[in-house]
Amino acid sequence: MSSGLKRDRRILAGLATAIGMIPFLINNPYYLTVLNLSALNILTVCGLTLLIGYAGQISLGHAGFWALGAYGSALLSLKTGLNPWLTTALALGFTLAVSAGMGFTVLRLKGNYLVMATLAFNLAVYFFLVEAEELTGGPPGLPGIPPYTLGSLAFVTDLAAYYLIWPVVLITLFLTFNLVHSGEGRALRALASGEIAAACLGINPRRYKVLAFVLSAAYASLAGSLYAHYFSFISPKTFDIFFSVELVAMCLFGGKGSLWGAVLGAGLLTPLPHFLSIFDEYRDLIYGGLLMGVLIFFPDGLSGLMRKLYGRKAP
Amino acid sequence: MAEKRPKILKVENLSKNFGGVQALRGVSLNLRAGEILGLIGPNGAGKTTLINIVSGVVREDAGTIFFEEHLLNELSPWQRAALGLARTFQHIQIFAGLTVLENVMCGAHRLRKTGFWETFLRLPRAVAEEDECRRQALSILSELGLADKANLPAENLPYGEQKKVVIARALASRPRAILLDEPAGGLNEKETEELGEIILRLREKGLAILLVEHDLNLVMRICERVVVLNQGEVIAEGPPCEIQNDPRVLEAYLGK
Amino acid sequence: MSESSLFLQFLFSGLTAGAIYALVALGFCVVENSLRIVNFAQGDFLTLGGFFMTTFLLSLKIPWPLAALCSILAVGLCGYLLERIALRSAKTHDPLTLIFITIGASIFIRGLIKLFWGKNPRIFPPLITGEPIRLLGASLTRESLLILAVGFFCVTILHLFYRVSRSGKALRAVAYSPRAAALIGLPVGFLNSVSFFLAGALGAVAGLLIVPVTGVSFDTGVILGLKGYAASVLGGYGSFPGAIAGGLLLGVMEALVAGFISSGFRDVFAFALLFCVLAIKPSGLFGTHEEERV
Repeated sequence: MSSGLKRDRRILAGLATAIGMIPFLINNPYYLTVLNLSALNILTVCGLTLLIGYAGQISLGHAGFWALGAYGSALLSLKTGLNPWLTTALALGFTLAVSAGMGFTVLRLKGNYLVMATLAFNLAVYFFLVEAEELTGGPPGLPGIPPYTLGSLAFVTDLAAYYLIWPVVLITLFLTFNLVHSGEGRALRALASGEIAAACLGINPRRYKVLAFVLSAAYASLAGSLYAHYFSFISPKTFDIFFSVELVAMCLFGGKGSLWGAVLGAGLLTPLPHFLSIFDEYRDLIYGGLLMGVLIFFPDGLSGLMRKLYGRKAP
Repeated sequence: MAEKRPKILKVENLSKNFGGVQALRGVSLNLRAGEILGLIGPNGAGKTTLINIVSGVVREDAGTIFFEEHLLNELSPWQRAALGLARTFQHIQIFAGLTVLENVMCGAHRLRKTGFWETFLRLPRAVAEEDECRRQALSILSELGLADKANLPAENLPYGEQKKVVIARALASRPRAILLDEPAGGLNEKETEELGEIILRLREKGLAILLVEHDLNLVMRICERVVVLNQGEVIAEGPPCEIQNDPRVLEAYLGK
Repeated sequence: MSESSLFLQFLFSGLTAGAIYALVALGFCVVENSLRIVNFAQGDFLTLGGFFMTTFLLSLKIPWPLAALCSILAVGLCGYLLERIALRSAKTHDPLTLIFITIGASIFIRGLIKLFWGKNPRIFPPLITGEPIRLLGASLTRESLLILAVGFFCVTILHLFYRVSRSGKALRAVAYSPRAAALIGLPVGFLNSVSFFLAGALGAVAGLLIVPVTGVSFDTGVILGLKGYAASVLGGYGSFPGAIAGGLLLGVMEALVAGFISSGFRDVFAFALLFCVLAIKPSGLFGTHEEERV
């Protein structure tokens, strides 16, 4: 086993232990809600790190995939009465199909054109959710989404949801670490570093770009489904492009070169606005200023900074 | 004799026009299994264009390329590489952000048999393959004297060593033919000497090597056959000793 | 109103909105033609322009031509400061990181606006007044005419500036290769600042034109910035004629979809169409395809 994977697994084990204990120390449900949101964002940003940091592609449309996961699973379970676990899987399958189709058409684009195409996807999904009121409930949203259940246990409370969402996120992180410490992860990074040189080693650029895109869309869809069945209410506002932008901001803030960057970025930036709400007037100033400051002085994000401080090489 | 060896790479009548500049006009050449073929010519003769076309990075206007029994013309670069045709670049193209070892392991990409799910779930076959890949990469690195640098970020190595790393990377794919684009460019005398030894050792392993090079001493020393390009045309072909005294070659290099 | 004059009416309103998009798109182009990044604070320049104008015109009672000039210069200065302080200090050349610095700046600017001008929308009276012009049964307001005229004036000036003047050529050289430009002695940093100044000024001009029609609040620039970005991508990112064509096309398309199909689905269609254009022509209508060098 490579030393990098061993180290990451050790840190992950530490994180899992800490996560498991937090509810014993904090029982304020509001904090748990924020932690749950952080977990969902970590899941999504983890996928985005694969796409942006590893495969070198950009997307400002991942809130659209959240929406597919959230609305897909919510609507299916509401209209057909199917079990939320099953509808989550179906929504995931749907997202996989959509993102694969998009991957093959859109990832031919470069730079601005790719940014715009993914933005356009997000906007089209958003406006569809707003306008197709009969199906989606329109701007007021979609209430009464059934929760996940396991036997007689329904994951309704923040605490129950906490012990559902975090394990899913940690397991996904575990698997993603497997991936980045393998030939697949290396191929992705080679691709981001030099597409032509990578192709001349037999790495199929199209396959890996689409793989990263589809995987990141799947993570976002999963996060969206978990979100919908946890809050039991969704509205289009959650899935606008600003959320997409925020997700990429988390990715860069934490450092796109490492999955730990995703954990740091989403783990710190998700609670920040909630925390800053006490300085309501200055919220945007602080958030914007902080984002600028970190990116100006530490372009590799927080994980890059930590790597420098500890002189270690993160994956 | 040498001519009995099978032709591994056949380039026929290759032409390429870059917006009015005829970079190649009807170039044909053959690379035989286990030989070192030198490709020389003054700047702008079309040497790199030829390598770019053979590896699929640039599309030809006319002509055919066969690698073993495969017609390459319609294949993407990665498909050509997957068949066992490796190349290096004049401008190195090392993967920054990866270690030396990881760079070399990338080379073994075409040999991988495990797919996404096996690596994602880290099934035993993927673990075994990864270990084997690392072992092979380390052995190539130690052969080139770079074993102690394996875990350094590749972009931090000095230029000469980076040039070796990309050769190691190409070798990790266990190619049957390799196209080297000016491997000695920017190297000092000692490094060039060492490079010559490395290339000779590769031939002993049965690799076919197309060597594009400006360092004529190196070419004359290690190549069995040399093809001379000038202004997109083959002007001479033969063993080094004949080429050295060919008036057309002297004219191309020195002018009339 | 007859079908054809209805069509003309939609066309007029589409062209007016399109001219605003085009002006915003020009701001994106100017930056693309030196620093080669997307400046997502472009929309906020528009908002700033509107707010400065309300202050100069209504609070300080400066006559409007002078107030307009002051607003344009003030926003230009903001653009200059953004490049000089934030972007030039960045320790990276990674475009995505630089782009997100401008996104941070955009959030920051909105915070400043909320702090100085509050959250309530403001408006100032139109710069020119008069009866709308009737044309084949449709009417065109004087303001629309002004917007169109200023839009074309700006693109002509910019086009001439970049193609003919020395500074314009220098800017293009910087876009083509910053290192080569520095080697031949061009003041690359200064030229980048100039292009941000221009981007700010263009944003302000768009703000001055649109605010009398729609009013301005701290987030006015967000959606307009996005539309301007879409317009410049549609036209071919970085091309001035492309920005104008893309802006007008987007505006007209929206107006026609809103008028004849459904106003609610306007944006779905607009962005779905944009998506299709990119799928068919990956570098926009006027974009040039660049081959990657090996």
